[in-house]
Amino acid sequence: MSHYSFLSLLSGALGRHRRWSQAWRTPTPRKAYDVVIVGAGGQGLATAYYLAKKHGIRNVAVIDKGWLGGGNTGRNTQVTRSNYFWPESAAFYEHSLKLYEGLSRELNFNVMLSQRGILTVAHSHHELESLRRWANAIQVNGIDSELMTPGQIKKLVPLMDLEGRFPVHGGFIQRRGGISRHDAVAWGYARAANALGVDIIQQCEVIGFHRQSGRVVGVETPNGTIGAGSVVLSVAGHSTVLAGKLGLRLPINSMALQAMVSEPIKPCLDTVVLSPTVHMYVSQSDRGELVLGGGADVYTSYAQRGGLPAFQHNVTALLELFPAFRQLRLMRQWAGIVDITPDTTPIMGRTPIEGFYINCGWGTGGYKAIPAGGDTMAHTVATGQAHPLIAKFCLERFVSGALIDEGAAAGVAH
Amino acid sequence: MSSSGAYRLAQGGQLDRSRSLSFTFNGRLLSGHAGDTLASALLANGISVVARSFKYHRPRGIFSAGFEEPNALLRVEINGAAVPLVRATMQPLVEGMVVTSENCFPSVDFDLARIFDHAHALLPAGFYNKTFKWPGWHTYESAIRRMAGLGTLPTGEDKTAFFRHNLRCDVLVVGAGIAGLSAALEASRAGARVTLIEQDAELGGRALCERTPIDGRSSQSWIGEVVGELKASSQVTILRRTLVAGYYDHNVLTALDLSDNEHPTGPVQRFWTIRATEVILATGAIEQPLMFAHNDRPGIMLAGAVRAYLHRYGVAAGRRAVVATNNDDAYRTAFDLHDAGVEVAAIVDARERVTAEVEEEAKRRGLKVLRSSMVVDTRGTTTLRAVAVHAISSDGFRLRDNGVWISCDTLAVSSGWNPTVHLYSQAGGRVRYDTSLACIVPDSCRQRVRIVGAANAEFAALSAIASGARAGREAACSPRESQPVPRGASSEYRTATNGIQPIRRAPQTRSARQWVDLLHDVTASDIELAARENYAAVEHLKRYTTNGMAVDQGKTSNLNALSVLSEVTGRDIGALGTTTYRPQFMPVTFGAISGDARGDLYAPPRHMPAHQWHVTHAAQLDDYGGWKRPACYLRAGENRDVAINREVKAVRSALGLFEGSPLGKIEVRGRDAARFLHRIYLNNVTSLQPGKVRYGLMLNENGIVIDDGVFACLSPEHYLVSTTSGNAERIAGWLDEWHQCEWPELDLVLMPVTSQWAVLTLAGASARALLQQFPSDIDFSAAAFPHMSFREGRIGGRRARVQRVSFTGELSYEISVPADEAEELWQELMQRGAQFGITPIGLEAWLILRLEKGFLHVGSDTDGTTNPLDLGFGPMIQKKVGDFVGRRSLMRAHDQATSRRQFVGLEVLTTGSSLVAGAHIITSPAPMKRSEGFVTSAGFSPTLGRFIGLGLLEGGHARIDETVTVFDEGRTVQARIVKPAFFDPSGERMNG
Amino acid sequence: MLQIHCPYCGMRDEEEYRFGGESHVTRPTLEASDVAWADYLFNRINPKGIAFERWLHSYGCGRWFNVARDTVTHEILAVYPMGAAKPQLSKVESAQTREPVSRAMRSVGEGLS
Repeated sequence: MSHYSFLSLLSGALGRHRRWSQAWRTPTPRKAYDVVIVGAGGQGLATAYYLAKKHGIRNVAVIDKGWLGGGNTGRNTQVTRSNYFWPESAAFYEHSLKLYEGLSRELNFNVMLSQRGILTVAHSHHELESLRRWANAIQVNGIDSELMTPGQIKKLVPLMDLEGRFPVHGGFIQRRGGISRHDAVAWGYARAANALGVDIIQQCEVIGFHRQSGRVVGVETPNGTIGAGSVVLSVAGHSTVLAGKLGLRLPINSMALQAMVSEPIKPCLDTVVLSPTVHMYVSQSDRGELVLGGGADVYTSYAQRGGLPAFQHNVTALLELFPAFRQLRLMRQWAGIVDITPDTTPIMGRTPIEGFYINCGWGTGGYKAIPAGGDTMAHTVATGQAHPLIAKFCLERFVSGALIDEGAAAGVAH
Repeated sequence: MSSSGAYRLAQGGQLDRSRSLSFTFNGRLLSGHAGDTLASALLANGISVVARSFKYHRPRGIFSAGFEEPNALLRVEINGAAVPLVRATMQPLVEGMVVTSENCFPSVDFDLARIFDHAHALLPAGFYNKTFKWPGWHTYESAIRRMAGLGTLPTGEDKTAFFRHNLRCDVLVVGAGIAGLSAALEASRAGARVTLIEQDAELGGRALCERTPIDGRSSQSWIGEVVGELKASSQVTILRRTLVAGYYDHNVLTALDLSDNEHPTGPVQRFWTIRATEVILATGAIEQPLMFAHNDRPGIMLAGAVRAYLHRYGVAAGRRAVVATNNDDAYRTAFDLHDAGVEVAAIVDARERVTAEVEEEAKRRGLKVLRSSMVVDTRGTTTLRAVAVHAISSDGFRLRDNGVWISCDTLAVSSGWNPTVHLYSQAGGRVRYDTSLACIVPDSCRQRVRIVGAANAEFAALSAIASGARAGREAACSPRESQPVPRGASSEYRTATNGIQPIRRAPQTRSARQWVDLLHDVTASDIELAARENYAAVEHLKRYTTNGMAVDQGKTSNLNALSVLSEVTGRDIGALGTTTYRPQFMPVTFGAISGDARGDLYAPPRHMPAHQWHVTHAAQLDDYGGWKRPACYLRAGENRDVAINREVKAVRSALGLFEGSPLGKIEVRGRDAARFLHRIYLNNVTSLQPGKVRYGLMLNENGIVIDDGVFACLSPEHYLVSTTSGNAERIAGWLDEWHQCEWPELDLVLMPVTSQWAVLTLAGASARALLQQFPSDIDFSAAAFPHMSFREGRIGGRRARVQRVSFTGELSYEISVPADEAEELWQELMQRGAQFGITPIGLEAWLILRLEKGFLHVGSDTDGTTNPLDLGFGPMIQKKVGDFVGRRSLMRAHDQATSRRQFVGLEVLTTGSSLVAGAHIITSPAPMKRSEGFVTSAGFSPTLGRFIGLGLLEGGHARIDETVTVFDEGRTVQARIVKPAFFDPSGERMNG
Repeated sequence: MLQIHCPYCGMRDEEEYRFGGESHVTRPTLEASDVAWADYLFNRINPKGIAFERWLHSYGCGRWFNVARDTVTHEILAVYPMGAAKPQLSKVESAQTREPVSRAMRSVGEGLS
């Protein structure tokens, strides 16, 4: 594998870039692997990487029906943050953000982490009380967050209209939050996992599972069975479809979450801005596009395209906060199929079926969790014991009632 | 030569030559004619460099004559309002327009950032993934961000009026070229309501840009006749300069209408939502360029665009042209230029064979045709000076000679036409690469859509007309109720771009760059690099090289990129697949998408029935769940805190009047009303006697508290349910869902009456005395009308419903009267109440009053995790007989754990310290260990003279009198946990 | 944008409706086990293909009704009243097999046994 650096780029230039090696191989599947990971999104690739890197388990395959990074990893709005309310969530996402902070060097691949801050705004006195509760929770969890006055917000985001239909009463910022480059995260993990011997098998759909005395021992593909010591399911959007093949019911609804970008303009927005009330968030990518998102289409969907109403609501909400963007143009809209759980917290770890692990239910927030999701799943699969950071994200919580309801706590989903 | 530029021909073009329009381009005063686009006017004036490229800042000229333009994206200012990234090829010329090039410094002719062009070897695809890792991306980011971005934010006062419109039709025809026109004509003749939408200001499509006759007569005459009949039909709606950009589920399409964007009284943009039973896409095709070294120089233009400028605008693209092609179609450019008096130096054709007819035409004009040849390189800086022409092998991969340089200032290029299948693909239609037609063709779609003309690779005029006509007839007669099935695109009329041979890329000489995506500066070697590094999947290729991701969305680059990838990987283009086209087909103004839904039209504020009184009495209106409500009423010299304290004291010491009209009110009537409510409320309902009121909690099925309020029994078959103000609609809908979906056998009717009844609440010791001043058939005496009871009657001649309930802890009556009588009653209460010191009370004081009382405020003191056990309702549940929504969930061990966060009161111990809602209760101040709960409501109690609060605390019920640490934004105070009842805990006042 | 045929009002935009999730879910009694209760509360079929779900015409007649809808193509295959059994859509195959759908399935009552 070529090492990436400025010097290697310089030497590449001298050789007319003819000497670069493949970022990943296109391997022929082996008969069996120690671990088969279904789904070559960020979570699956990261799981493979950490299995090989930290646990020495290198006989690993990541299998995807499409292209690596082609699902939600390549469709999200690239936000990375750890400003979560409940300690369980905070610890997990903070671990993820810390891994992100060293990821470009860890993977020798620039994922362009831009810690420009993520600002959440409140539009009434009582919303501000909710944000205060949230911001304080983050501080108590040992993570950075600060309340901001409207004056400070005006300075930070001069284009935002603080006196609109929903005036801005204040907000809070996590300065270490920000954005990064989603494709680069998938590619970086794929390249690094490949280098450690992981087989990434693209365009190979898993259509079923092979079981022996209750235990999952392989996956069925159109090209035959691939044996597996353990199987990890990381197929956001399609979790119930594949788990259903083993008779496992999950508390998940698949929905189309929309995102869109404007035409690229010179820098005019240096922070990620989020308004839970008007259901909108916006940032400006390094390419200059405004990236916005918000609502999902309100019905079950496996169509990777967005509907009209949610998209119109998003744009309208954006302009209510940023009238200066009225004359900009929307370039492209798309959607990803997200797993929505009842408590907006993921479902990770073992299942009642031996040898079968799940990593799903990420809702709208799986991207920021990629490094920690991969790290903790790798630990769980390698040791057979749930990583402490994800012990409470188990499937059993829906039976016991011990939900971790981030939406409820943030006061938006209640 | 005309005054509108040295390149304007003496005649020709569909312009109003009598009207001159002046405009400036980068400070130079220029002129054009009415009917010009900005692009045609610039070309007429001999402007070759209009912009700089995105990455390498290379000079670029106008490349196309339509929406596919990758180069001429300019900043256009009209009447002081400037908009970035306007396609010069689509922008009508307007008098006084100020046009500037962006993304260049100091000027478009000399751009310092051209230095990146010289360093291009260091900037291959994905270079940023390989570098900028030390010490971190942030070190480089701001500089790189400034380099990126094509335009700058709009400036000047934006006077555009944006509107949203809706339209429904039987047949929607998108595109008014000859195929679309005939489709619309036949559909309307068959009796359908037809909408015809064209992105251009004129109808006719490509035929406006050609001089090829149609059906034995001039294209103008053919178009004129069809358009005449369409206009005369009352069944047909025609929208011009309207871009259909989105195709959604169930045949709903959206379009941006710019027909009045240059309106003299101010720009107007409309956003159409169109619901069509049947859709016919006649969206045409986009000519594709050839790839050769330095194929990005100004002066290189699509062959069809050269003809468009010639025929539609009377502009010669240059003085001496070369035509480079791999098909017959581009020969027309050579012939037309020649016939218009422009010198054609050569036709360079990659093919070995040319159709006899075309060869004959060329010979007749004495044009030089170089067969089996390609343009391989070009020279020139700000204008094209010469092209290198080489003989090539028959597969196009090798050079066969050393080539010759042919001087020219214009190079017309064509690699055939590629159907505009974007909308078809958005509709869910499948597309595929057709090897024999050498283009991407529509395959099949499940929506009710047909695709005709060049968009369906029907490149011959008569085929397009016939296909359009048939689609129009079929669509008009298509049965409405039939389900969509996969409908194949018709292949009967397809014809290849004349004799095309898909040699798209010249052999590479040295390492000279061959551009694929002009706008994003993606070259063929970038694509080769991506393939080498195994980013060979189409989606990877796109994202790694950014090919096709620029604002033109790859309209002239996607097919060429596939072609290079196919060459590198040895796989057929058809096997590579294509990326999915997504909305928007063309960028759409944000303002148009949202229309006039701004400010109050974005979220209409709701006003209470006595709103006018509040406004005229210095009420400070805030938004509470969509309602504009008085937070407090300011008196001279008061600030909000002072006013709130005064209002609280007024209630405690005298009498307050509060408007609570948003309070949710739902009538439940019917034989099974009580049975129904008994299944809904945590409390016993069936035991409630007529005339009595009970406080109740509603849970969701997971056992979480979702609402509270009182319910009154009016008669055994008639109940009145009150909900919190913010939940009025939600709870009404939720009750109805339980009734309709789960218990439809229960005989009852639910009727939300929130806005029918205004609620005026009197609170204070003299409330009864005041009411007794009114003539009424209600006996207000304490004995006759005790706390928690309901009376219906008349007060001062008005129909009224009165509940004796209290949110403040004082003697209190909630008086509901018909909404339109509320303001009168309010005034009367204020007048008659003056003797008791009556004071209008805002919501903030009201919340403090209930805080002093320790009453729960659902939504503030509860969140989506709070169950009734946490609130101390365990004993009440014990007494409840039968199931209710959420009961089973409360039986889970987790829900019964005493370590859960439980509802408590807090009193500040640190003198002079305040307590705020949102603060956390933590285990120890330093090092901060853990949050054990939080303050959910807090404030200064004027009655008690100190800060008090309510909160949720782990195991709180067993921790009364414990001292805890409260954390807020780094500061801590000590507080004592108390029972949540600070004032009059025995309830003497409200029961009195 | 979905165009949904309300059995009481006719064809309307999706914005007039509220999605109510999977239909035909049976509510257990208080005696249900924790596992059975959790299954009722949270677990859903969430099919990729034909879903039987309930919708409310909230900005219209206010009536709930059932819809059989393909979650991939978003085609609506049947509309039928609350309380009615799932229609027999055996002849109607899921999106992947691309079979035409009989007209009779469109309106309430028709095609129901």
